[in-house]
Amino acid sequence: MTYDLDNLKIVGTRPIRPDGVDKVTGRANFGADFKMPGQLIGKVLRSPHAHARIISIDTSKAKALTGVKAVIVGEDMIDIAHELSQTGETAIDVHDLSLNVLARGKVLYDGHALAAVAATTAKIADEALALIDVQYEVLPHVIDVDEAMKPDAPVLHDDMFTKGLDETPTTPSNIASRMEMGLGDVEEGFKHADIIIERSYKTKAVHQGYIEPHAVVANFAEDGTAFVWCSSQGHFTVRDLCAKLLGMDSSAIRVIPAEIGGGFGGKTTVYIEPLAIAMSKLAGRPVKMTMTRAEVFRATGPTPATSMDVKIGVTNDGKIVAADCEFRFHAGAFAGSPVGAACMAGLTPYALENARVVGYDVVSNTCKSGAYRAPGAPNGAFAVESAMDELAQMLKMDPIEFRHINAAEEGTKAIYGPTFKQIGCKDVLVATREHPHYKSNLGPNQGRGIASGFWFNVGGQSNAAVNVHEDGTVTVVEGSPDIGGTRAAMAMMAAEVLGIEYERVQVVVADTASIAHNDGTGGSRVTFATGIAVTNAAEDVVLQLRTRAAADMGIDVEDVVWQDGSAQATKGDAKSMSLADIAAKAARTGGIIVGRSSINARGAGPSFATHICDVEVDPETGYIEILRYTTVQDVGKAIHPSYVEGQMQGGAVQGIGWALNEEYFYNEDGLLENPGFLDYRMPVASDLPMIDTVLVEVANPNHPFGVRGVGEAPLVPPLAAVVNAIYDATGVRMTELPVTPIKMLAALDAYKEAAE
Amino acid sequence: MRYEVADSVAGAASLLAGEAGQSYVLAGGTDLLVQLRAGMISPDLVVDIKGLDETRTISESGGAYTIGAAVAGAELGEHDTLGTVWPGVTEGAELIGSTQIQGRASMGGNLCNASPAADAVPALIAADATCTIIGPDGTREAAVADIPTGPGSNSLGKGEFVVSINLPSRPANSSDAYLRMIPRTEMDIAIVGAAVNLTLDDDGTCTAAKIVLGAVAPTAIDVPAAADALIGTKLDDDALAAAAAAASAAANPISDKRGTVEYRIKVAGVLTKRAAKIAYDRARKGSAS
Ligand SMILES: Cc1cc2nc3c(=O)[nH]c(=O)nc-3n(C[C@H](O)[C@H](O)[C@H](O)COP(=O)(O)OP(=O)(O)OC[C@H]3O[C@@H](n4cnc5c(N)ncnc54)[C@H](O)[C@@H]3O)c2cc1C
Repeated sequence: MTYDLDNLKIVGTRPIRPDGVDKVTGRANFGADFKMPGQLIGKVLRSPHAHARIISIDTSKAKALTGVKAVIVGEDMIDIAHELSQTGETAIDVHDLSLNVLARGKVLYDGHALAAVAATTAKIADEALALIDVQYEVLPHVIDVDEAMKPDAPVLHDDMFTKGLDETPTTPSNIASRMEMGLGDVEEGFKHADIIIERSYKTKAVHQGYIEPHAVVANFAEDGTAFVWCSSQGHFTVRDLCAKLLGMDSSAIRVIPAEIGGGFGGKTTVYIEPLAIAMSKLAGRPVKMTMTRAEVFRATGPTPATSMDVKIGVTNDGKIVAADCEFRFHAGAFAGSPVGAACMAGLTPYALENARVVGYDVVSNTCKSGAYRAPGAPNGAFAVESAMDELAQMLKMDPIEFRHINAAEEGTKAIYGPTFKQIGCKDVLVATREHPHYKSNLGPNQGRGIASGFWFNVGGQSNAAVNVHEDGTVTVVEGSPDIGGTRAAMAMMAAEVLGIEYERVQVVVADTASIAHNDGTGGSRVTFATGIAVTNAAEDVVLQLRTRAAADMGIDVEDVVWQDGSAQATKGDAKSMSLADIAAKAARTGGIIVGRSSINARGAGPSFATHICDVEVDPETGYIEILRYTTVQDVGKAIHPSYVEGQMQGGAVQGIGWALNEEYFYNEDGLLENPGFLDYRMPVASDLPMIDTVLVEVANPNHPFGVRGVGEAPLVPPLAAVVNAIYDATGVRMTELPVTPIKMLAALDAYKEAAE
Repeated sequence: MRYEVADSVAGAASLLAGEAGQSYVLAGGTDLLVQLRAGMISPDLVVDIKGLDETRTISESGGAYTIGAAVAGAELGEHDTLGTVWPGVTEGAELIGSTQIQGRASMGGNLCNASPAADAVPALIAADATCTIIGPDGTREAAVADIPTGPGSNSLGKGEFVVSINLPSRPANSSDAYLRMIPRTEMDIAIVGAAVNLTLDDDGTCTAAKIVLGAVAPTAIDVPAAADALIGTKLDDDALAAAAAAASAAANPISDKRGTVEYRIKVAGVLTKRAAKIAYDRARKGSAS
């Protein structure tokens, strides 16, 4: 069913989120808040080297220490063949995952786990770690992606033979795979260009920076089942990955979803969870593990460092005739960077006849990269949108006008295959151009940049139940961890369908034993896909309510409509019955009313965003201040506008941090020098102005309320928007991120020198 | 680890002196507790000095100030007159950390922790501040400049600690300023810091100056050549440029994850010039009122 989006009572309003009070009062239970009687504390021994062969691990002294109840090393894990496990937005190779959880043979990065202990106290666990004797043969290492691709680079995996080449090579290398996609004929296209630009760009690895470190409590029982409490973006993913890694049945593991203190893609896999289960099994007691912030930085999944080439040709009237890109992404120690998504997304805001993107997935001695909001797209957009900005300068054309001339629209065939239906790419550009920010004046040393971005959004598997209680209240049972206010959105959609007040609907995110599989919270899919499941389940309830009412009224169900929260007869003079009336009689009319839906949602509408950024650059210190920032995005229909705005603001802020100061800083030995928030510089509140938001609502025809995913697109444009603003302020084009004051000042000085 | 709350200044000194192992003073704890949790230090004894009048009060007599070593940054900022007489010293202490850190962090802790980038220290040295130290052999005075001896080390003897920091009375038409460079707006460590303390005559000609740089050497450094460039001038552009050049010449920094040698040298000059201007304007304004 679809709804008249101009006549909604609850969808589009801004009620308080159900989890809000608990979160602001500190009552909410996050990963580390849970305790069990008799629990042990588990800790992990991590590699102090970027790359080394493990000659031996002697755990005998640690095992002998009083209070130590379990010690495990890589050899204790089962061997698993390479196999991709689908986790929703991304696929995870369980063989590699097992080696990432506990190294065998070699350690591949600073922080790589190679043993774990569980003891009666944290202090004893620390002492036990210090007693584990590991002998290493330190090997040469490589961090930088371009270095890692060189033929003489130290090779991480002897069994890595580049996939995707015409002929599979016979010598191993760090290039896991090559991919290519295209439209038309690029060489032919460039022949028609009046201006061709060719540039190279680099970005550093950056972390999601979620405030809550990974934490887990696991209890393995004598009957072979395990109870797991942890926060994640997908408790079904945690269950299935742990089952695979430990050789258990999925049904034997029950994962309870704790409240989550941020994930941004970084909590879509497992690190310490299987270790806690394995050690609980050994010890016969619950095991609790909590990562330190340094462990989070050293050994979880930041988004990768990248190196990118872009070549774009345009005619003098601003039409793009060809685009050719090569994206090289480091994946960390194991294959699987988001380079594919970057290839598919980078050029997609534009309608192109001739385009080619080549991607390389490359391993190097850093922690395995993970998903981070719109994985890969911000990097690609940084390169493409920087080049687009330069082209607009060369064409002497307004950068929005230049983008608008080339913008994707309904009917445009995207490089990754589909032909777009209703999209808001052009609407967003127009709204950006009309915004007062774009017309405001700038002072000395100030500049303005704009950039656009695209994200697919995904659908996937979701299911939900809507339980109607005897007193006329309702509980929605779903299985998508709530990161961005989705419980509120689910309650709103259910209340809208049922015609009852928002306050009468409770939403529960159920554990893995209490509801069927749901794909994780990622890909901006929950309000879309789980939203469809909840809407369907509520509609299922409505049908049952009408059926029961019709029986009560003694008429056909076709003659009963559901309106304003009650069953109304369209024939005869039967009195209308409210949801509460029908619910009160349910036990006598066929039993409790439960609506259900299980779907694999397709047709997630893509999202387009354009951002405007104003900066001021201090010419003497290189300090860059963000003066004003506006995000404009096609959000489909905003179910709860405040939470949509929050997503847009948060994405912009993360992108600004990525552009200006955030980076994984490795020293000569390949060790991470800044595993903490002091020297890993995310923006602090006082760094930024209020981020302005403009919601452009182009409904997605594939969702009953027109929802598109909104959580990822806002992190796509900021990198280039900031750098384009810096160019406007200074005349200096920064092609390597982050643009720290140190880099900025050096570039300003070099620019001045060149001009003299 | 033993934790003791001192009930008197002398009692604290004897607790510290009596411990055979590692003993530490606890003021705000914003360095100490971080180091403890990171496993950088493992004290046998921690003596909390926050409960003592001598370490927690600010008093003024004849224009000179005595500031308890454990007075928190926020308390300094809220003082009636200190911020007007010594705005540079006050802003150096007040920009440490964030609102939360300000409720705890002290100048004594900042000084004794002896970070090359400590924000409260350059302005104190520029002010010719002294400190009162108590130890097993009684009380002594020392220049603030003589306390830090290198990154993380200070000149205090076994059992000694700083009770108060003392600022001298100052002539009319005097003021000071402190500026630091960080990539963010708070919660960061200075890549470079510069403090300038000036006295002017009635026409605005500089008669005395002291310029101290932070984070460009193992300890904060006094740069007399930069001060000399200002004395006898009204801080015209040439004088400021000369002071900046002298500051850059004196800077002897390292390259690390927070900044390069080139950057620190250049920005040492820039901040010197800017802080000098601010101090000058403050001193002029003070004389006008
Ligand atoms: C989030 C955060 C942000 C920070 N930001 C900044 C910043 O912007 N700039 C900056 O300079 N610093 C910063 N710091 C470091 C710290 O806050 C300051 O150095 C602060 O001034 C220390 O004071 P405290 O009272 O907390 O010292 P404590 O931690 O109590 O003590 C520090 C050291 O000095 C010793 N000590 C303390 N008082 C005395 C005394 N009276 N006599 C002898 N020894 C003593 C202690 O034994 C300890 O070794 C920051 C710290 C944190 C955690």
